[in-house]
Order: sequence, then structure tokens, then C-alpha cells
Amino acid sequence: MSGPRRVSLDWPLVAAAIVLSMYGIAVVYSAGQTDVPTAVAHAYRQQTMWFALGLVGAYAVSRASARLIEWATVPAYVGTVLVLLMLLFFGKGAGTAADTKSWLAVGGIRLGQPSELAKITVVMMLAKVLAANREAPSSLLELWKPALVVGIPWLEIMLQPDLGTGIVFVGIFFLMLFWAGVAWELLVLVASPVVSLVLAFNTSLWGAWFLLLLALVLWYKPYLWEGVAVVSANVIAGVVAPLLWDHLQPYRQARLKVFLDPSSDPLRTGYHVIQSQVAIGSGGWLGKGFTMGTQKRLAFLPEQHTDFIFSVVGEELGFVGVTVALALFGFLFYRVVRVAARASDSYSSLVAFGLLAMWFTHVVENVGMTLNLTPVTGIPLPFFSYGGSFMFASWLAVGILVRISSEGRGAGAGQIAL
Amino acid sequence: MSFHPNEVARRARVALGLIGLAFGVLLAAFFRTQVIRNQQWSLRSEENRLREVPLPAPRGNIFDRTGKIIAENVVGYTVSILPQSLDSLKGTLRRVATLVPLSKGEMDAALRRYNRSPVRPTVILPDASFDEISVLEEHRIDLPNLIIQSSPKRFYPEGGDVAAFVGTIGEVSDSELTLPAYAGYKPGQLVGKQGLEREYETQLRGREGSRFVEVDARGRVVRDVGARADLQPQQGKPLYTNIDLDLQEYIAHVFGDSLTGGAVAIEPRTGAVLALYSAPSWDPNQFVGGVSVAYYDSLLNDTRAPLYNKATQGTYPPGSTWKLATSVIGLEDSLVSMDAHMPQPCTGRYLYGNRYWRCHDLNGHGNLNLAEAIEKSCDIYFYQLGLKIGLSRLIAGGLKLGFFDPSGIDLPEDNAPRFPNRLQYFDQKYGPRGWTQGATVMNMSIGQGENAQTVINMAKFYTALAENGVEATPQIAARPPELHRIFTLSDDQLASLRAALVGVVQAGGTAASAQIQGVVLAGKTGTAQTGIRRNGVELNHAWFAGFAPADDPKIVVVVMIQFGGEGPRAARVASSIIGHYLKSSVTSLVETGG
Repeated sequence: MSGPRRVSLDWPLVAAAIVLSMYGIAVVYSAGQTDVPTAVAHAYRQQTMWFALGLVGAYAVSRASARLIEWATVPAYVGTVLVLLMLLFFGKGAGTAADTKSWLAVGGIRLGQPSELAKITVVMMLAKVLAANREAPSSLLELWKPALVVGIPWLEIMLQPDLGTGIVFVGIFFLMLFWAGVAWELLVLVASPVVSLVLAFNTSLWGAWFLLLLALVLWYKPYLWEGVAVVSANVIAGVVAPLLWDHLQPYRQARLKVFLDPSSDPLRTGYHVIQSQVAIGSGGWLGKGFTMGTQKRLAFLPEQHTDFIFSVVGEELGFVGVTVALALFGFLFYRVVRVAARASDSYSSLVAFGLLAMWFTHVVENVGMTLNLTPVTGIPLPFFSYGGSFMFASWLAVGILVRISSEGRGAGAGQIAL
Repeated sequence: MSFHPNEVARRARVALGLIGLAFGVLLAAFFRTQVIRNQQWSLRSEENRLREVPLPAPRGNIFDRTGKIIAENVVGYTVSILPQSLDSLKGTLRRVATLVPLSKGEMDAALRRYNRSPVRPTVILPDASFDEISVLEEHRIDLPNLIIQSSPKRFYPEGGDVAAFVGTIGEVSDSELTLPAYAGYKPGQLVGKQGLEREYETQLRGREGSRFVEVDARGRVVRDVGARADLQPQQGKPLYTNIDLDLQEYIAHVFGDSLTGGAVAIEPRTGAVLALYSAPSWDPNQFVGGVSVAYYDSLLNDTRAPLYNKATQGTYPPGSTWKLATSVIGLEDSLVSMDAHMPQPCTGRYLYGNRYWRCHDLNGHGNLNLAEAIEKSCDIYFYQLGLKIGLSRLIAGGLKLGFFDPSGIDLPEDNAPRFPNRLQYFDQKYGPRGWTQGATVMNMSIGQGENAQTVINMAKFYTALAENGVEATPQIAARPPELHRIFTLSDDQLASLRAALVGVVQAGGTAASAQIQGVVLAGKTGTAQTGIRRNGVELNHAWFAGFAPADDPKIVVVVMIQFGGEGPRAARVASSIIGHYLKSSVTSLVETGG
């Protein structure tokens, strides 16, 4: 279809990513326009620089074949695990996560957050493991390898601690298993102890969930030991959760509590969510106008250039601006699903879908938190939130997708109608 | 085959469905927040950024009868803080204190204001000087939540001369805020505290306006949004009074620094209060914007009690000025006539019970009729008249003539006199056997005993004497007169009563020295015994109550000089007041006529 040195560019996908990045940089610029100027005023310049670097990186990656990427998977993954391990000893905090150890610094200069790149290497590694077998894992035991691949860096990141990135890993794990063909019933069984953990605080809710689970186990008929393991894991989770709660750091307890009821703490943790809702809600149909958001200008909106950047979109550009942004994401995701579906091999397909899973989890979690639909975990919005590492990582992902797209079956093949 | 194209296509559809569902939920949530609940969140956003800064309304001006200003507003400055918290307020106060003098008391007051109303800007300097403003403006950048605004400041051009009736204003107190009358008030607002300022508060206060400042999340004032047209402050309505400022100032001048007491001048036909003065006075301007501790202490430590209104609050035995009441009661009940003599002529003393009752003239006045007894103020005559009237009738008559009730003047400081309203009063006070009707009625008939009147209430009674039994309620504000007939006498009786009062100030009368050239003055002196002695001499209150001109009364004047000695002294003060008024009013008539 294309020559060995030629890459047929998936223009719609790249265009969507470029428009999203420029939209994002514009909003980062606006986020800096406050009545009392802060350092954020210049953030858009750095963001533009990272966008440019990302384009270069994406171009470079797109020159590498899927086989080269697959070949690099294991070293990249091992390197990632080692760097994350190192961070636990030498990591630095910054910005909203000042008390965590997510930053890699050399000689006091922060280079970036390796966990952003780790998302991609984990996707690659998981794809490699899942692609190795022709059949999708069909029992809990067969899931041990994928679980380990995600589990090790996940543990390292949770120890930083970075709950938000941890959630993204979970999202990647489940969505890629789905794409690999794992039965949904099995996925539910795997996820069930976590659900029990969350529901453990309400006995009747947990009881209902437990009965549902029992029904599922009887219907799905897993191996006996699997059934026993899942049920007992749920029981333990249900019992242990309240005890675990007491060991949770107060700020995380607070974040969970505020998720359940933001007005319970209007001046501290809940303040972010309430001010974000005020900003978005006061935007209306068309918003207060680009750079004119009062919530942002007067510093009521916290983290307006990073975690809560979507609130600036909502306040200044209104429901129309929100719809445009979500439509762009939707279109991008549609193109990535298309790439995954048309990929030439299962590894490429899984990588493509894994990258989608990464972005998707980010978008849903980040956008949802601005309206208090999801807990405030502080993960960035792809292409929007100020932050070099993730912008760069996202563009590397675009590069990989472009390559996979060009190696995949063309539209003419017609086997998959998407 | 997990990657069979059909399987992949199915999963792709599921994936797209999942993405569509998630985005659908998000869009629905944004639609609800941004479109459906937009108004609610917009309001929150406005509340976030806009802080209301009250704009105090100028109070209504107070004018005298000729349009001269008694109370007005001048430009003042207030300094307030928009605090985020008590701590930030304390911090700002400390910083302000390094720039301008700020006493501990002022700081405490600011903290108290904040605690009462954290939403309103906390006033820290209610009346800042221009120098203080200049210094604070210079350091504006260090004090971002400071609000400096010009606001109307109450000013009384005549100061202490008018304090007795105009009163003053001050910050509404915690206890006042709990009262229903102050329902609409907010902490930190100014209210009338005394006098007309308090009496006519609702008329004078006006309507507070608002402007808005935009603040950022730290409470720093970012910009002034200004006042909405419908939220401009509205000045209170003016108050037009009956006061004759020229006469008022003259009375203040006559009293000077040495005399202590009260004086009232009333137009008898209408009850219009021309002047009302209490000496020594105090400066109401000192109370605007918070009185200094030093000044307040100096007033409290003054033994002459300047803050106690001697014209409306202080009650004093009226002495002989009350003999006219005794006469009216006797005449109205036909127990005496103007030319009636009493059984015993005055020999300077009178035996009743087991003791001698003295007359003020120990040489005796001889055999007098009522007219002469009034002229000479003969105690012996009135002892006997009192006994003839009897205590019950005297008390009933006193009640009818208004000696039990407050005067009704439009001032909050209108104290009730001390006067018995029934015989049981004495039983309760002295025990059934602790008093005798005879001695009591004798004392009361000469204005002593259980009888202490305010100056204003005596003036009210004398309006009835001047106006043939029709009493006028004293009124400072220009209002329709309130007139009541309190006694009815025949024309002959009235004429000879008036003649007797004129006789007081004629040669041979007790106040002969109080004559005014060309004016016929009618009045009665009083020397009220207090029982208080200093250096062996009893300290008496000197009274004079009278009106002029006698045949066509234009002014009733009552003067009481506390511990002022003999009545004639008060009579001289009163006659100079009347003389000043009648001359000046004649002059002004000529001017308007010409």
C-alpha cells in the first residue's frame, strides 16, 4: 500500500490532535490572563514549545515500524519500572502534587514526570503480553501476566503517591483486556473486589452487590476455585475496607469524602469543585468570552491551567465551547478505534486501543471532576492541561497511532465497516 | 480467535458505544449545569466577585424657624477593610497601626464590628482625618483590601449651644439592634442617640446606598464597579423646627460657663419651643464618629453633669412658681377669690400643729389678698390656702393641670415629674402614720415636698396661664399645635391673675429688678429649697416662670438655676431672654414688613 519509507498519514487523526492542541494552548493562554498576574501568564509559551517538541517526537516515532516498537517494548518497560523505582527514592514534588515524588530531577532541574511516559510503555508491554497468545485469557489464572505487567508500575505509582495516574492504569488494564477479547463476565469478576471496597461503607448496598455477584458467578460458571476466590475476595474487601479507610492519608480521605459531598468542606478541598462548578455553570450557552472569565481572572478557580483547565473552557466559551472540545475528543477517539480495528496485527491493534484507553480515562476523569461526577484526583486533560511531559507523551502516542494506521488495512479492504 | 475481524468489528462497535455513552453523560451534565442551572451559578459567580460596600446616606438637615442650619452634613472620610477572616483583619489592623495612630479601643471596636457583621466592610476609622487618608493612600499597595471612601459626616455648626435639644448620633449599639424599632438597621450604621436626632430618626436617617467592588479570591479589591443608579444613597428628609437659633445662642451666652441649670422659651399660643438649653452643655460634634475617651470622661467627671438635660430630664422642686397652680386650683373650685384674705395675716410665721411655719420674709407681709400674696409670694397665705383646698383636691387639681405626666415635648429625654397621683402614695412612702395631711398640703401648696418638676413641664403650665387656661404641648419640630384647656376661670379672675403676675415684676414685687423697658412682663419667681447645705448655707434652686408681653403673650420663659440662690436671680436671666427675643422679633417683623 505504501512504500517502505513512506508513511501514509492518517490526516483526520492528526488534524484532530493538532486542533485539540491549539485549542488547548489557547485555553492555557487564557488561564494565564488573571487580574493579579502570576507565572501562569507565560505558561502558554512553554506549552507551545512542548507542542512543537511533541510534533517532532511524533514524526520520529512514526518513522519507526510497529515491529521496531514491539522490539523496543521490553527494554522500554523494564526501563520504566526501574525509573519509577528510582523515583520512590529520589523523586521530587511539584505544583499541585508538591508532596508526592512524581518528578524526575537532575541537579535540581525537573526534567519531567516519568509516569506520563510509563502509561505508554505499559500499554506497549500489555499489548505484547496479550498478543502473545492467540486466545484471550479466559480464567483468572490466565490473567496473572497482564496483571503483573500493569501491577508493578501501578504499585510504584501508587506509592509516589499518585492516585490519578493509578486510576488511568486501571482504565488501561480493563479496556485492553476487553479489546483482547476477555469475556465481560470475567472482567466484572476481576473488578468485583474493588467495587466491594467502595460499597463496603454502606452495608445494604454492599449486600445487594454481593448477591448480584453470586448470581453472576453461578451464571458464568467459572472454575470452582475462581468462584471461591472471587467471592472471598469480595467478602474480605467488604470487611477490610473500613479498616483500610483509617489508614488512608487524611487528604485522600478528604478527597473521597468531598467527592461524595462537596459542600461538606466548602473552604478547603470542596472549594475546588464548587468554584469549578460556579465557573462552568456561570458560562451559560456561549460563555463569558475568551479570557474574560471572572472566576478565573479573580483567582477563585484553582489550578485553572492544569487540573481544572476544562472549567476555563466552560466559563469562557460556554456550553458551545465544551461541546466543540468534547466533539474533537470524540472524533479523535473514533479515529483511534478505527486504527485499532484496522491494525495489521494484534499487537498493533492492542497498542492503538491501549493508547485510546489512556486518553479516554484521562478525559472522562478530568472532565467529570470539574462537575463533581468523578473524584478530584488531579490528572491532566490530554492536549489541554499545562504540562510538558503529558503533552509530549500524547504526541508520541499520536506518532505511534499514525504508524499503526499506515501499516493497517486501508479503507479499500472493506472488511470492517466503521 | 479473539482477533477475528468480525470479533474486532463487534468490539469496536461496543467501544464506540461506550465512548458515546460516556460523552453523552458528560454533555448532559454540562447542559444541566450551564444551560438549565445557569442563573443559579451565575448568581454564585457574582456573589463571589462582588462585595457590597454600603454608602451611608446623608442625614436630613435640621433647620431653625428662620432657615438657619442646626445640623448638617460635611465631607468626612471613613476607612474600612474587606476582611477574609478574623486573622486577615487582625493582620491588616496591625499594618494600618504602623501607619496611622490606632488605639487599642479602636482596634477592639473594629473586631467587634467584624464579629457582628462579617459580610459588610469592617469600619476601622469612622472619621479619618485628611492626613490619615493621605498616609493610607500612599501605602495602598500594601493594603489591598482597604476601602477608603468619603462619607457624609454630621456637623452641628453651633455645637454645644444646641446640644440640649438636637442631641447627637452614634453607631447603633448591640442592645439597640435587638429592639424591634431598629429592625432594619445593620451593625455599624449611625443612628440618632439623643435629642431630635433620636426622636426623628426615621425621618432623618435617609436610605443607605450601595456600591460594589470587585474582589479576587483573596479579598483584594481589584476594581470599583461603582454604584447602581437605584442604589444611590438617599438623604434623609429635612427637619424644620420652631427653634429660634438666635435666641438659643443668646441663652447659651447668658448662662455662660458659670451658671448651671435649664431654660426653656415657648410660644404660648402654639407650644412652639423657641429655645431649650441646659447648662453646662457639651459638644455634640465630639460624638460624631465616636467620642474620645478623654472627652467622655471629662463629661462624666464633671460634677455638674453636663450630659444630664436640666431642661427636660432634671426634676426640681418648683418652689413658688407652683403657687400659681395652687391659686388656679383654689380659684377653679371657688375656694378662694383674687381679693380673698386668709384667716391669719402674715406675721412671718404661722403656727400649725405643734410648730411654726416660716414665711420667706420673716418680717411678715401683713394682711394680703390672693393677688398681693402672689406678688409678694407670701408663704403664710398659701399655707392657709392649701389647708383650705385640702390634700385630695390639691392632688387632683395637680393631676388635671399636668404635673404628674411628662410634658409631651418631642424629645426622648422627656422625664416624668415627681408628683403624687393619689393619697396612698404617701402611705406607701412614709407609712400610714408617718405623715399628716396638713403638713403635706402646706408644703405642696408652696411648691415643696413631694413635687419635683422639669423645667419644660413648668413652661407648659405657664403657657396655660398665658393663654387663659389653654395649654400648648411643647413642640420643637414645626407641627400643628396641640392645645388642651386645662382650667377654666372667669375673665375677671384671669385678668386679676395676670395683673398679679405683672405685679411680681413691678416695683414692690419679688422680681422688680427684672423689669424690661417698654415690655409688660408677667411671671413668678421661685426659690426652691433643696435641703442641701454647703458651708452652712442652704443651696436653693432659683426659678423664674413667666411670659410677655402680659396682655398679648408671645413668649413663655422658664429659667431654673441649679443652686442658684434666690428666684430674682433667675428672673433677671429670664427677663434678659425675653427682652432679647421681643426686641429681635420686633426687628424681624419690621424687616419683613419693610
